Amino acid sequence: MRSFIVLGLMLISFAAQANDWEDRQTFSGATPTKTLRILSSTDTSLFKSIIEGFLVENPDVSVEYLVTGTSDIDNIFRKSPNDFDLVISSAMDLQLKLVNDGFADKIDQINHPQWAQWRHSLFAFTIEPAAIVINKDAFAGYDIPQTRQDLIQALRARPDFFTNKLGTYDVRQSGLGFLFATQDARTSETYWRLMEVMGALDTRLYCCSGEMIDDLVSGKIAVAYNVLSSYANARKEIQDKIEVILPADFPTTMMRTILMSKTSENTVTGTEFIKHLLDIQSNSLAPAESLLPALVSAPSQQTISLEPALLTYLDALKRRNFITEWERAVIQ
Amino acid sequence: MTDTAFNTVQASGSLRKRLMITLIGGTAILALILFFIVRGYAAQIAQNGQDSILEASVSSILDAAILRDGSVEIDFPYASLSMLDTLEDDRVFYAIYQDDELLSGYATLPRPQSVTDRAAFETLVFQETPVRLASASRVLIGASERTEISVVVGQTQDALSGTLNSISRNVAAFGAGFFALVSLLSFWATATTINPLQRLANAVKRRGPQDLRPFDKAVPVEMVPLVSSLNTLMGRLDQSLTQSEDFIAEAAHRVRTPLATVRSYAETTLVRVTKSENRAALRSMIRAIDESSRAAGQLLDHAMITFRADHLDRQKIELVALVQELVTRLEPIAQMKDVELQLTAPLPVEISGDPILIQNAVRNIIDNALKYSPSDAVIIITVDAQDRPKIQVCDQGPGFPPDEIATLTNRFARGNNAKDIVGSGLGLTIAKDVVAAHDGTLEIFNHDKGGACAVLSF
Repeated sequence: MRSFIVLGLMLISFAAQANDWEDRQTFSGATPTKTLRILSSTDTSLFKSIIEGFLVENPDVSVEYLVTGTSDIDNIFRKSPNDFDLVISSAMDLQLKLVNDGFADKIDQINHPQWAQWRHSLFAFTIEPAAIVINKDAFAGYDIPQTRQDLIQALRARPDFFTNKLGTYDVRQSGLGFLFATQDARTSETYWRLMEVMGALDTRLYCCSGEMIDDLVSGKIAVAYNVLSSYANARKEIQDKIEVILPADFPTTMMRTILMSKTSENTVTGTEFIKHLLDIQSNSLAPAESLLPALVSAPSQQTISLEPALLTYLDALKRRNFITEWERAVIQ
Repeated sequence: MTDTAFNTVQASGSLRKRLMITLIGGTAILALILFFIVRGYAAQIAQNGQDSILEASVSSILDAAILRDGSVEIDFPYASLSMLDTLEDDRVFYAIYQDDELLSGYATLPRPQSVTDRAAFETLVFQETPVRLASASRVLIGASERTEISVVVGQTQDALSGTLNSISRNVAAFGAGFFALVSLLSFWATATTINPLQRLANAVKRRGPQDLRPFDKAVPVEMVPLVSSLNTLMGRLDQSLTQSEDFIAEAAHRVRTPLATVRSYAETTLVRVTKSENRAALRSMIRAIDESSRAAGQLLDHAMITFRADHLDRQKIELVALVQELVTRLEPIAQMKDVELQLTAPLPVEISGDPILIQNAVRNIIDNALKYSPSDAVIIITVDAQDRPKIQVCDQGPGFPPDEIATLTNRFARGNNAKDIVGSGLGLTIAKDVVAAHDGTLEIFNHDKGGACAVLSF
């Protein structure tokens, strides 16, 4: 009995520490005197080289890189904006709302294209399409779907095979999943039909792109919808097992963004970090050190633009409606 | 009435300045008024633009409100907020109320108070920023209930103030340009207005002293009264000048002629009379007549000088020649008194002046020297141009009484040592008035070795 209590306490304390962060790493410069705390939704592996490059130029800094989901980032940062200097997230709508609500610092000295920034406070540094990623084995001998319509037909053709073998974001948990879903729904009615088909085949719901890719590789699922192509492409060792398809009908594309907390005490270092990041990412010859897609110029029409309309689906009524409808389609 | 009184006309302001100040000042005020009016107008238009977009946003949200099974659903379109995108990325806030209870949006967003049924607009501070707010409401009627939905949409004014600033800059530049242009125009306008006046002044200045003809050139209507008054004045002046000249000539004639007749009678009688007391009486008579004649002549001279000095007829004169001529003319009188006139003039000296006046002045000085010179004396006359052109006359007489030197040049003043010498007391006064009219000076002093000196400097 006592050992159970001890075990329980250990679990609780572990949960309290680990539950907050998917990953937590500290990178130190040669002679660190100050710490830059970055709250991010991007996996550490994708950001490691950028941080290390920054620390070579700024040896007096150490960077604490804290990774969690996009919705968590919003909750945590709103609760304690003083604890973090920079916020990186792929959920553009949540980031834009943070800026709109006055959480971000205005950095006038950064010169960034108008379409890739908002209020000189929110800066986009990647352009990443959402992809359909498939397990190649599952489609051996079949046509590989190129559009959402193709995918619907492929699923309808082999319902027994695909039952329980599909994956997509749980939009209730993932801010990015919600952003992709709402933008898909805004663009085309096909989204709802696809969701109904996937719901009927008992789609698995995920919090993050990483886990979906893991399950694809292991063969647990055959198709993942609205996965970040950058995550799939970043893992070189699995390229023979999966195929990343950018839907030909409309590739919903998001921009990863960074903002600096208004209450940050390291504004100079924070600004330097943002400049460093934008310098690397704006260079169209994406340097080998960056695993993140570069910020290429001329965004396509399907790129979600940084505008106040992103607040629309964050509205309590709209969000409730959307999730009700989504649950009706996917969970059934 | 002297020359100086005419030359120092009191100036009170300048017409040119007054015109310029009025024109430029007026333009500056106009440009400022223009700036504020246009800016105010632009601000109103820009604000109306923002208001109408906010109103559109509010009504698109209100339009999406429906009552379904007793509960309110507001599935407002993406465009409701998308239309609020601005170049300056203005922040956007909204709040949706059902019967004054918050349904969604920003709970603390202030609500403009609607006075009428139409949308209300107000600029209020939210999150330390001025925010333009629009609000409107709509009543939803269900099967059994009525409910009122109110929507407030707000937007910061960064883009608006950006637009206003750029409009202000443009209007300011326009106003400054307008001001510069009108300033140039007013320079030109002032010059054209003042020019006829300047031309008239030049025409008056260019005229010789004797030229009193009326002005006959065309002048602007506004100047006609001035020019016609001027013409009338000159006409009167011309007339009175002519009269004065006539009067002086007439007076001289009338006084001198009878005196000359009386003198010749006296002389003739003197030859015939033998009684010594009668002869003495006649000599006294002749002497008195001489004195009167001389006084009359000098009085007339003085009157003429006073008259001419006001209208100096300046010409180029060579002083040496002028003095030489006088010396030649006075030589007989000098010889009668056994006095030698010695003229020293190394170089010709030219000045600009009235020859009749100067001649008169020099003659009076030499006359004086002759009168006070003892026999066998020498009168030294020097003409030179060292420092200033001057004529110096020194005699070997008794000299001026030292305690009276300062007052001797006054009218009718005579030295106390001159009782037995014929004179009127006007000689030095005439000389002084003449040099003064030529902006020169008369200096009188006693020579170290005795004798009086007078120096006329021009």
